[in-house]
Amino acid sequence: MPTLRFTKDHEWVRQDGDTVVIGITDYAQQQLGDIVYVELPAPGTRVEAGKEAAVVESAKAASEVYAPVSGEVVAVNDVIAGDPAKVNADPMGEGWFLSVKLDDPKALDGLMDEAAYAAFVAEQG
Amino acid sequence: MGSEEIAALRQTPLHALHIARGAKMVPFAGYDMPVQYPTGIIAEHLHTRAKAGLFDVSHMGQVALRGATAALLETVVPGDLAALPDGRMRYTLLLNDDGGIIDDLMAIRFGGGFQLVVNAATKEGDVAHLRARLGASVGIELIEDRALLALQGPRAAAVLARLAPGVETMPFLSCALVEQAGLSLFVTRSGYTGEDGFEISVAADRAVELAERLLAEPEVMPIGLGARDTLRLEAGLCLYGHDIDETTTPVAAGLAWAIGKRRREQGGFPGASRIQAELADPPARRRVGIRPDGRAPAREGSAIVDAAGTLIGEVTSGGFGPSLGVPIAMGYVARRYSDPGTALAVVVRDVARPARVSPMPFVPTRYYRG
Repeated sequence: MPTLRFTKDHEWVRQDGDTVVIGITDYAQQQLGDIVYVELPAPGTRVEAGKEAAVVESAKAASEVYAPVSGEVVAVNDVIAGDPAKVNADPMGEGWFLSVKLDDPKALDGLMDEAAYAAFVAEQG
Repeated sequence: MGSEEIAALRQTPLHALHIARGAKMVPFAGYDMPVQYPTGIIAEHLHTRAKAGLFDVSHMGQVALRGATAALLETVVPGDLAALPDGRMRYTLLLNDDGGIIDDLMAIRFGGGFQLVVNAATKEGDVAHLRARLGASVGIELIEDRALLALQGPRAAAVLARLAPGVETMPFLSCALVEQAGLSLFVTRSGYTGEDGFEISVAADRAVELAERLLAEPEVMPIGLGARDTLRLEAGLCLYGHDIDETTTPVAAGLAWAIGKRRREQGGFPGASRIQAELADPPARRRVGIRPDGRAPAREGSAIVDAAGTLIGEVTSGGFGPSLGVPIAMGYVARRYSDPGTALAVVVRDVARPARVSPMPFVPTRYYRG
C-alpha cells in the first residue's frame, strides 16, 4: 500500500518502495488558477528536500515547487509539459510532476498524512 | 498585508457584486478589485473574445473639465484636440517637460467641453498636474459619484442595444448620452481589449442595477483584472506604470501615432523639442512585441539579451496569451534589434531562451468600423 504524505507548501508525495511520485495538491492548483507552463528537472539530476524542484506558472505568476524529499529524479511527467492544464484538471493523478528515488526510505516520516493536511488547509481559510 | 492596509483599500460601487459572484479580490491601485471569478482567467479571456465580457473599471479616473478649450488642453497633451469633433474621443498622453509620459488617457469632447478618462493609480496626480498647468480658469474635478463599466467582445453591441437601442451603430471612438429605461448612461465605443465594445459611465447608485441587467444577458460573463491584462497584452496595448512611464517618451513607446501631424509640426506641448528630435532621429530604445520560441512565459523585468548574451533590453509586460496558446511579451530593446523577426533571447530563471521580435497586436483587433 503506497504511503501518501503532504507538505506545508502544498506538495503531495506518494511512496512505493524506495521511489516517490511528487505533485501539487488540489488546494495548490486552485490557488494558482489556470496553469500555463511547467518546468521540470532533467531525469538523472538530484533534488534536495526543501529546495526548488520544478516551476509552475499560472496566467498571473510563476511559483516554485519544492522537493519534499531528497533523491535522484528518475522520471518526469512530459504530459504536463505539453498540456499544463492537466495539473488543474487532475493534480493528484495525470497532473503528477516528477518521480524521485529516495536517499532515505524513511524521509516521509515527518510529513503530514491526509487528515493532518486537510486540517492544515482548513486553517488557511 | 495587515488588516489596516486591507481596511484602507477603496471599494467600487460593484464591490458586493464581485464578492457575491465569488471573485478572488486583490489590491490594485488602492482598490479592492476582482482579479478573477471562479471561471478563471483563461475562460474569462476566451469568453470576451468569443462573446461579451463585463469589466468593472470604476477605479479609473473620470475627470470633468469645465471651461477647458482645445487650445488650452493642447498645452499639456500632444494630441490634436482642435480637430476632434464634438461626440468623439481620442487616445492621448499627459507629458512632462522632458516628453516623458505622466499618464495615458482618453480625451472626450462632448457637449461643447472636454472630459478625460485616466488611469486609477495616477488619477490624483493627474488632477494636481492639470490644476497646476491649466490654471484657475478651468474647473478640474474627479467624478466620484459615477461608476464605469466596460462591455467588450463581438457580442457587446448586440447585448447593449437590447438596453439602449441605437448604440450598435455608434462609430468607434464616439460617445453618446443615452437615456433609457430610467438610466442615464454616458456611453463611449471604446475599450482595452482589442475587441469591439463600450465603456459605460453610470451613476454610482445605479451601477449594480446596470451590471446585473447586463450580466443577465446570456452572452455576458463578468471578467476580472487578470483577463483584462491578458486581453490588452494580446492587443499590444500599453499598461501605464509598466510599459510606459515618466522615463519613456511617446516615440520610444511606439505611440507617435497619437501625435497629430499639425502638432508634430507646430509643437507647443511639453517636451516638444525632444519629441520632434526623436521623430527625426529615433531614440536609442524602442518598445517591441516579443514571442518566446518555447513555452516559458517571460514576465515583467526579464532581461533581453542578444546571441552573445549582451544585455539589450528588458521585458515590461509578459505572460501567456490565451487566444494564441503561447507566451507573449512586450519590452524595450536597443533600436537595431527592433525589427520584427529579429532573433534575441529572454532570460527566465537565469536561462537565456530564444525569442523573436513580433509585430503587434499579437491578435488582430476587431474594432467596429461601420
